[in-house]
Amino acid sequence: MKGLAVDARGVFAKLNPAHSDGVIALAGNPNTGKSTVFNGLTGLNQHTGNWPGKTVVLAKGNYRYKSKLITLVDLPGTYSLLANSADEQVARDFICFGKPDATVVVVDATCLERNLNLALQVMEMTPKVILCVNLIDEAKRKKIEIDCPKLAELLGVPVVPTAAREKVGLDKLKEAIHQMVFAHQQTRPRPVRYNQEIEAAVAKIQPELEPYLRGKIDARWVALRLLDGDTTIITEIKKYLRVENVEKAPREQGELKVVKCYK
Amino acid sequence: MGDPEMTLACLPIGHRAQVVKVGAEGLTRNRLLDLGLVPSTVVEAVRKSPAGDPVAYKIRGAIIALRSEESRLVTVRPLA
Amino acid sequence: MGPVRDLIVAAIYDQARQIADQVVRRRGAEHDIDWKIDGIVTSKVFGYPLMLGLLGFIFWLTISGANYPSQLLSNLLFGFQDRLTAVCQWLNVPAWLHGVLVLGLYRGLAWVVSVMLPPMAIFFPLFTFLEDLGYLPRVAFNLDRLFKRAGAHGKQVLTMCMGFGCNAAGVTACRIIESPRERLIAVLTNNFVPCNGRFPLLITMSMVMLGAWAGHANSISAALCVAGAVVLGVLVTLFVSWFLSQTLLKGVPSTFTLELPAYRWPKIGTLLIRSVLDRTLFVLFRAVVVAAPAGALIWILANVHIGESSIIGHLGGRLQGFGHLLGLDGYIILAFLLGLPANELVIPILIMSYLSEGVMLELDSLEALRSLLVANGWTWLTALNMILFSLLHFPCGTTLLTIRKETQSTKWTLLAALLPTGVAIVVCFLVAQVVRLFGLV
Repeated sequence: MKGLAVDARGVFAKLNPAHSDGVIALAGNPNTGKSTVFNGLTGLNQHTGNWPGKTVVLAKGNYRYKSKLITLVDLPGTYSLLANSADEQVARDFICFGKPDATVVVVDATCLERNLNLALQVMEMTPKVILCVNLIDEAKRKKIEIDCPKLAELLGVPVVPTAAREKVGLDKLKEAIHQMVFAHQQTRPRPVRYNQEIEAAVAKIQPELEPYLRGKIDARWVALRLLDGDTTIITEIKKYLRVENVEKAPREQGELKVVKCYK
Repeated sequence: MGDPEMTLACLPIGHRAQVVKVGAEGLTRNRLLDLGLVPSTVVEAVRKSPAGDPVAYKIRGAIIALRSEESRLVTVRPLA
Repeated sequence: MGPVRDLIVAAIYDQARQIADQVVRRRGAEHDIDWKIDGIVTSKVFGYPLMLGLLGFIFWLTISGANYPSQLLSNLLFGFQDRLTAVCQWLNVPAWLHGVLVLGLYRGLAWVVSVMLPPMAIFFPLFTFLEDLGYLPRVAFNLDRLFKRAGAHGKQVLTMCMGFGCNAAGVTACRIIESPRERLIAVLTNNFVPCNGRFPLLITMSMVMLGAWAGHANSISAALCVAGAVVLGVLVTLFVSWFLSQTLLKGVPSTFTLELPAYRWPKIGTLLIRSVLDRTLFVLFRAVVVAAPAGALIWILANVHIGESSIIGHLGGRLQGFGHLLGLDGYIILAFLLGLPANELVIPILIMSYLSEGVMLELDSLEALRSLLVANGWTWLTALNMILFSLLHFPCGTTLLTIRKETQSTKWTLLAALLPTGVAIVVCFLVAQVVRLFGLV
């Protein structure tokens, strides 16, 4: 149970192969079956109860697909990435500074509107997003239909429907990840448009930020965070950029920091 | 649109209302916003817990329970 | 943070809705089956009775279902002990070595496996079923009012549910509570939920108490007894939480939001495999790792004599006066102290201490256990206070280490050990005095 899972994670953190071919972050709201997707992909046995806020530590697992070793990082289930809680901050920091090669956002097909909120937030931070529309079997039972091709077109990122519990769609998800990481498939996420004042302010701040961020972090996203008065992100970015000057190991550093939050 | 405004805590079970504003501050405010309680969101009071509090609301497709301390901070306009 | 945050959040949600409107088609009814189920499980009339009923039903299934396999395992394992003894004799193994290995180590192991495995193998899948189904958030929803009154967080209920399996896991689960104040309350009180290591003791003691002194012991009355103990544990949790929030951990309740997720019918196959592998075998393995060496150690303590009596005899004698005040005896106190590494060990240690005093019994049935206890001066009060003490006393070593890790503080860890122990001593003392005052034993 939990104790075992925690131990397993400790071991994983140590054994986590630096020679992994790709690191994938798994984000999503609570109760979207995110952990089931994680287990389905990695086979690592991690407990998945049906209650909110269950994943309180980062779980990592590996799988091999087309001879590539992929490391999967299960982020805490959150409603948002605006960093109101430790969980949200961890998830945000990993996506922002951990520089995963792709981020899979797991959404609940029976409750798409609410879940897209998080997906849109992730898409503001990184273009390398795959949307995994999970629980399509539940949706079918509830007579809810989702037009996935249309959704992919509207979002500008790949969309894969899955029913992780029944192991449906997981191979397609692996293929989508493979395409994004190794075939460098381009996405064109459609950014959220804000009202005129905000857009005007962003247009002013964004160019000023760019020289500092040097393309490491999305400048529009940072501009928005500065506008909404998020102070935590400023300190984190300062730390991150300084670290990066010293060592050329962004991924490891990002992970280290995230792991430190739990120590 | 001449309906009187009230707090979400006063919304009777089974009734729907539209969020007018969130009066909370700081962390609580952000929490409520993140749950989707932004102006113009339609909220339905679904059921009370056996002790009368918290109350479960349907907010953008999910059922979320709020204590009266929080729901009191949300101003809504009841819908017919 | 000002109105900008509002505008940003609203714009994102707005876009989410626009997209969803274009790709989602609903043909289902407005209110689905979940809505109807919730109408029952959270209703004024059925909400609480259903929770209590479910609790009692799970214990009944566990107790009555575990009875026969426990017997079978016990016969099997203790039968094998005779074989081991025969092998030892054939190999001319010295008596002390045979004692340590077979009568100590093996016996401790056999006891833990036969007593713990069957109830766990039934309880864990049942509990995991409720967990995966999505029932637990409803329990939190139903009970939140009480926890709010106690100045605690509604999600504390979820951490308590984890505590049923293992308090160390329960303490780790307290991370889901954001506010440090409420998280500490949850950490410090998690121990009042009887973990799996204490269930066998609660069940055995209920059977002993009801059978010998109330005249009838069956799985229904024992289940009621255990459920009663759990309800008492919840009440004590509420009381101590309230006490803490009035004194050491003053403060205002933080934001409480709880999602009531859709019910999902668990996949029974996966559920069985997972609850057996992840939980049952893990907990059993931990118990065995601790039980085997502890069994050997206790045998040595029970069989090395200083003067007239064994070491255990001396220690037990020292604690006798204190034990008696609490309606227990010196050996019981000693068993709880020596059982610090794992609660599972308390009964085996106790039995070994009693046996070391010369009464040799085949402990293959509840009846035999009962005779042994009566021969050592037990009354129903002893069994009752044993239940109370086990329910309320200090957390096991693993849990304390976890608390240390989670709170990063020796002070709070110490409090986590002393506070419940204090409660246990006060409650047992009062019960013992009242019962004796009225001459009920």
